Amino acid sequence: MRYLPLSNIERADMLARIGVASIDDLFADIPADKRRAGLADLPTRKTEMEVERLLGRMAARNTAASAAPFFVGAGAYKHHVPATVDHLIQRSEFLTSYTPYQPEIAQGTLQYLFEFQTQVAALTGMEVANASMYDGSTACGEAVLMAHRVTRRRKAVLSGGLHPHYAEVVRTLSRMAEDEVVTLAPDVSATEDLLAAVDRETSCVVVQTPDVFGNLRDLSALAEKCHAEGALLVAVFTEALSLGLVTPPGHMGADIVVGEGQSIGNGLNFGGPYVGLFATRQKYVRQMPGRLCGQTVDADGNRGFVLTLSTREQHIRRDKATSNICTNSGLCSLAWTIHMSLLGSAGLSRLARLNHVNAVKLHEALESLPEVEVLNASYFNEFTLRLKTPAAAVVEALAARGIMAGVPVSRLLPGAGLDDLLLVASTEINTDEDRAALVAGLKEHA
Amino acid sequence: MTIKFTKDHEYIRVEGDIGTVGISDYAQQQLGDVVFVELPAVGKSLAKGAEAAVVESVKAASEVYAPVAGEVVEVNAELEGTPATVNDDPLGKGWFVKLRLAAPAELDALMDEAAYKAFVASL
Amino acid sequence: MLNRQGRATQPGEAASAVVHPTFTGNRALQQEEALIFEFGRLDATGVDVDEPVAFTSRLGGLERRDGIGLPGLSEPEAMRHYVRLSQKNYGIDTGVFPLGSCTMKHNPRLNERMARLPGFGDVHPLQPVSTVQGALELMDTLAAWLLELTGMPAVALSPKAGAHGELCGMMAIKAAIAHKGEAGTRRTVLVPDSAHGTNPATAALIGFTVKPVPVRADGTVDPESVRALAGPDTAAIMLTNPNTCGLFEPDVVEIAEIVHAAGAYFYCDGANFNAIVGKARPGDLGVDAMHINLHKTFSTPHGGGGPGSGPVVLSDRLAAFAPVPFVVRTADGFRLVESEADAAGQGAQPFGRLTAFHGQMGMFVRALSYMLSHGADGMKQASEDAVLNANYVRACLADLLSQPFGDRPCMHEALFDDSWLKDTGVSTLDFAKAMIDEGYHPMTVYFPLVVHGAMLIEPTESESKASLDLFIAALRDLAMAAKRGDAERFTGAPYHAPRKRLDETRAARQPILRWTPPEPVRDAAE
Repeated sequence: MRYLPLSNIERADMLARIGVASIDDLFADIPADKRRAGLADLPTRKTEMEVERLLGRMAARNTAASAAPFFVGAGAYKHHVPATVDHLIQRSEFLTSYTPYQPEIAQGTLQYLFEFQTQVAALTGMEVANASMYDGSTACGEAVLMAHRVTRRRKAVLSGGLHPHYAEVVRTLSRMAEDEVVTLAPDVSATEDLLAAVDRETSCVVVQTPDVFGNLRDLSALAEKCHAEGALLVAVFTEALSLGLVTPPGHMGADIVVGEGQSIGNGLNFGGPYVGLFATRQKYVRQMPGRLCGQTVDADGNRGFVLTLSTREQHIRRDKATSNICTNSGLCSLAWTIHMSLLGSAGLSRLARLNHVNAVKLHEALESLPEVEVLNASYFNEFTLRLKTPAAAVVEALAARGIMAGVPVSRLLPGAGLDDLLLVASTEINTDEDRAALVAGLKEHA
Repeated sequence: MTIKFTKDHEYIRVEGDIGTVGISDYAQQQLGDVVFVELPAVGKSLAKGAEAAVVESVKAASEVYAPVAGEVVEVNAELEGTPATVNDDPLGKGWFVKLRLAAPAELDALMDEAAYKAFVASL
Repeated sequence: MLNRQGRATQPGEAASAVVHPTFTGNRALQQEEALIFEFGRLDATGVDVDEPVAFTSRLGGLERRDGIGLPGLSEPEAMRHYVRLSQKNYGIDTGVFPLGSCTMKHNPRLNERMARLPGFGDVHPLQPVSTVQGALELMDTLAAWLLELTGMPAVALSPKAGAHGELCGMMAIKAAIAHKGEAGTRRTVLVPDSAHGTNPATAALIGFTVKPVPVRADGTVDPESVRALAGPDTAAIMLTNPNTCGLFEPDVVEIAEIVHAAGAYFYCDGANFNAIVGKARPGDLGVDAMHINLHKTFSTPHGGGGPGSGPVVLSDRLAAFAPVPFVVRTADGFRLVESEADAAGQGAQPFGRLTAFHGQMGMFVRALSYMLSHGADGMKQASEDAVLNANYVRACLADLLSQPFGDRPCMHEALFDDSWLKDTGVSTLDFAKAMIDEGYHPMTVYFPLVVHGAMLIEPTESESKASLDLFIAALRDLAMAAKRGDAERFTGAPYHAPRKRLDETRAARQPILRWTPPEPVRDAAE
């Protein structure tokens, strides 16, 4: 087998050196009646070609985003990732390294994490960021738990503009941890009264901008209200690129900013792996979950980096840890930081503008259609359409024509009575032809 | 003025009805370089054996328990900025909290300096 | 006329003289590298993006007004920066990476190629399911393999990593307990002292009280200790098997029976499943839930600390409580069940949702590519070779190093303690750092906590005998040096790495967690 270097002769020699007669003697602790002779019901080994053929066939049954006019968003976005990114993250020393617990031979990972933390803090407008989380939704759950630790309160208020799957993640975690959650009704037009939902029991308010319906939200008044009541403001984003153009939550008074970083450096991957971004104020750093990289010096006085403040983590604090998390999203954070380093502020804001322009162009093209109505007063690269028929059926009909029209709200909020709403995202990848195809399709099917 | 020790290596130095609590020299050596100290709120009432503070080194985090019951009347806020003081002067400037003793008789159950030295030697 | 001058073709005496410091701080292939913030320009970018034409902003007055302040790098600058950084890292492809409990096995590049097929890498989690039938088929196929390998009836694929899988399994247990009306009473989780830190952290996170189970003198769990602790207040035991001492728990079946008789559940930490694939099935041992680290057992890359993937197999008693989303097979193809209402229609009672989408698809593809490549025969062979290699290392070091639980076979990792280093002035950490100078990644040190100065060596099946023989010889040389009193070789080590030992105390006392400019700089975009 191509992954196994030992020969049978070597195996025999090694057994002799160990002093046992057969390999099964090494498995003697497995109760005899539970030992298996093998896995008869599974196929045997395959060559590279055979594996490629098999998996290639499965892959071919999917419509790739790049193969269609593509307007699907709602928490994951199709962007162009420079070739450099994918080349670099496949370097053996990045791909096959471990968590940098031996910093003398992991300065590569540690330095990029330090750069990553700096970039995330700057992008979100916050003081500090950690070395990444699994994804945006789990980062959101962890933010709520952190707010409970900071405030010593146990009630979270979730905005009706929060991605419904993020809200479900928070509710699941809270139900299990026996904490309280108040979820506001779906808020298509960003007009909910969050201020009224904050009281002295509230640990945090979780609000997303751009929200799941695409609306941009000014969080300043909410931040003031939260702080007056002793609560924290947790701001969420699912489109990291928006921060290149839109006022970041850190500049509007947010205490914790979390979000999905997939848009930068990472592909769609059918939902994962992605990279969760997590930033907060310096004063809360010891309550922050996840790994942190810090600067220090070595025995010769040279600058170097280490994982730090790890006493917060599970391998030391065990049942008193801030979180049970054991990994970050290493390679995805590397992809993120490489792409961000290539972009810089200049490239990032230009790319963000291009996204916004493409969304505006789509908006304008759709205004000619009596079949649809754009509901948003503001947006970045995604907005909500009201159709005259259920959106799910329209999406299916357009998919059959090779157009990926967007995400029906009913898929995220089944039974909420919002079946006529469609979320449509437009990024830099969309061309005039893509937009024309979508408009024509909607004209016919909506 | 008396000083008493617990088996968890806290000490309490008593002056009148106030006890100053910290960790012993042996404890700071075992912990290694202290990097952070989390202190309770002034005014908090602690039962004997309740968590009074958390002391973190690079490799370990340990709870500091109240040797006897009492109300927190003062905390050593200086430790937040200079946690190394716990290593440098554990029995002096490296103290953690001052308690107003609720039940001074509880002190009798603790070890005196000689007994604690013998206890440490036995470890 | 021949040019008689020219370069010398033999090294002169000077070539072997003392090492001189260099002007740059570089040492030939080992290049010093500044932070991007120290050399990148705020107005530069390495991505060509067309400047959009004039447009009407729909940002609702929320335009970002600061310059963000992040430098951009041209493509050649970026390439060099990250290549240089990579050269400061040790990876599996660099050399032996015997990190116990972490399973640093070879990462086949076929897996990478498969994960990058546009049909897997470039599909959106919320595309119409009619356009992702192949992706759902892949998840269904992976699930079938996992069920067959573990002998369990159900699997939840969505957990994003091992610890997330633990959370999933323990949430399913908590939901099952609540369903039986015992939420108020079953609040205790038994965790052996040798467990990974994630186990108690996970249990505590969802409100359980952790009760430690002492490990007996041979490094395994005594069923009588479990019997003494298990009762009507017990929710579950979290047992790692093979355990963190590298031993298969010989009484696992009896422990499962005790736990079940007490009305509780058996959570198995499957971090070490790689030792027993094809040799034993958790489903035959009484396990109710077990996470599988695809990045350990099934070769998906560790990537410097993630992303991982932690599917959880579930027993019949827990299957109904698995979280959404999950894939079901119907007459018309595959379907995704994404909401609790939809799941209820399938007769399920999901405890909720763990993540926004469907799990680590990229890792699913890699893991299945590995499974298909190995096949049933290859995976059994891989487990056997992993155990063989570990025992070979153990046997070849047994006369010099000390084994905490006696000279007996181990599973996939060999555990030593530091009693053999007594009075040498060399600690476990020093020994590990000296291995770096010899070109090896250290083994796991100071874990498990139940063993003093632990050294946990997991060579994996990926090492050849020649590689192991050199590794063993190097460790023997180091061990003898330590015993000889050559402490200096250890206490200052590593001497040859890109950095000497780093000051972790300083890092933790005055945390510097981001770069800040030495003096105010003006962003060109402002």
